[in-house]
Amino acid sequence: MAQTEKYVLNMGPQHPSTHGVLQVQVELDGEKIVGAKPVMGYLHRGIEKLMESRTYAQCVPYTDRLDYVSAMNNNLGFCMAVEKLAAIEVPERAEYIRVICAELNRIASHHVFIGSLTNDLGSATGMIYAFRDREKILDLFNIICGARMTAHYIRIGGVAADAQEEFLRGAQEFIDYVPAMLDEYDRIFTGNEIFQARMQGTSIITRETALKHGMSGPNIRASGVDYDIRKIDKYGAYGKFDFEIPVGKQGDNWDRYIVRLKEIQQSANIIQQALDNMPEGPVMAKVPKVLRPPKGDAYHRVENTRGELGFYIVSDGSTKPYRVHIRRPSFVNLQALDGMCQGMLLADAVTAFATIDPLMGEVDC
Amino acid sequence: MEIIDVVPPVLKDNVIVTSVDALFKWGKSNSIWPLSSGLACCSIEMMCAAASRFDLARFGYEVFRSCPRQSDLLIVAGTLTWKMTPPLIRLYEEMPEPKYVIAMGNCNIAGGPFSDSYSVVTGLDKIMPVDIYLPGCPPRPEALIDAMLKLQKLIRHPELGDAAKEAKAASLKNLRSMTQPVDALEEKAE
Repeated sequence: MAQTEKYVLNMGPQHPSTHGVLQVQVELDGEKIVGAKPVMGYLHRGIEKLMESRTYAQCVPYTDRLDYVSAMNNNLGFCMAVEKLAAIEVPERAEYIRVICAELNRIASHHVFIGSLTNDLGSATGMIYAFRDREKILDLFNIICGARMTAHYIRIGGVAADAQEEFLRGAQEFIDYVPAMLDEYDRIFTGNEIFQARMQGTSIITRETALKHGMSGPNIRASGVDYDIRKIDKYGAYGKFDFEIPVGKQGDNWDRYIVRLKEIQQSANIIQQALDNMPEGPVMAKVPKVLRPPKGDAYHRVENTRGELGFYIVSDGSTKPYRVHIRRPSFVNLQALDGMCQGMLLADAVTAFATIDPLMGEVDC
Repeated sequence: MEIIDVVPPVLKDNVIVTSVDALFKWGKSNSIWPLSSGLACCSIEMMCAAASRFDLARFGYEVFRSCPRQSDLLIVAGTLTWKMTPPLIRLYEEMPEPKYVIAMGNCNIAGGPFSDSYSVVTGLDKIMPVDIYLPGCPPRPEALIDAMLKLQKLIRHPELGDAAKEAKAASLKNLRSMTQPVDALEEKAE
């Protein structure tokens, strides 16, 4: 029998896959992958350290740049942690606007997922469709805060400004469009035979592995674990809404894709409920101009697009945080890459990488 | 003899007389292939610029290439860290001449929000020559298109870039002459 020699192939840091600057050292036996070792740190900007020299309000824009395709969720996590620390009560209307923005951003982030996944599978058409629909959400953000991606709209104590009539109407229009959008995706990708062949039964993460790795977000839900912080903690206004948690069966690439498609539907469902029951009132709590939270620490976690995003803040009573630690879901999820790639072909590594959906800004922090 | 006289009178309305250089520049400026290399946030806006609504293909930036040997424009989109610098320089070196660089985003101009970080390169021009600086955090796709149109203009009229360089040199000289008396005073004091 012919014997082959194992060799190591460096994928990255510049590589055709669309997920940022990550180097993967792929050990190959022929075209079969024996091991895949991610090498990270190419985008380490020292955000945790920088936050120590910024006031609490100045820290919020840095969270935009952590997970830059779902900035609103990151803003939400940090602001809620500070509010917990300083015991600030957020007005109800602000809570509702926060939920609408966070869920819209979740959908926008899943658009990037679909776009880059199909692009990595060799179909640039997919990216065009997903980014077309993403623009609709970015337009809404443009109306509400003037920025497309790095929003900095959710502030400590509420939101920057009240949601305009135009924004609420636009959000409603988008929600009405979602079923047609998902139907179109089903016709273009989900029903595609090549797409199914590349996705079904490949790169399986079992329930046990997912739990052992401490994964979270759509990745663990695709493996059949019913784990969603929005349901467990019911933070903000999430306790008032009725929604389901889509769960996959076996945890292959296909399940991770389907779970995200279903999540778009559930997010639309939440936004619809929030729009219908929107209370009137102020959107900003009374927050002192110079915020000095009392000595102590606080941890708050939110369900980010990629999983459980936690902020641990230690305060020494001054205007600046003494220490900030960020529990980044992408970083934890990425550790499953090795197991996912073993036994697969080299071309499947890109698919596996795309379906974990890590964001390098968040992995390296 | 005028060049115009070479053209027979019959073809006078159908023939354009130009220099080879101008023709080359025209062709070069309208067929730039950017390298698809994104570093951080700005790369998402770069993808947006290439996707449906903004459609870079309208301006001749049709094909994003994954290989540096096939591309002639490096859009450095996103925060550049010291760890990423050697691979990026290698990518730049691997690109064939003539090549151009767009420094996209505040991070690549002077470090942006991370200017006091220990791991971030504060300014792309510290490590490679930059043709166009594009501010914004991140710049909108419209801004990227504008930068690319400016690059086209720069390729067609390289003397524009020279003028800018001269102006910069002149302003630097001016600045030095302004600070000189202080230096002279200090020397005197010593």
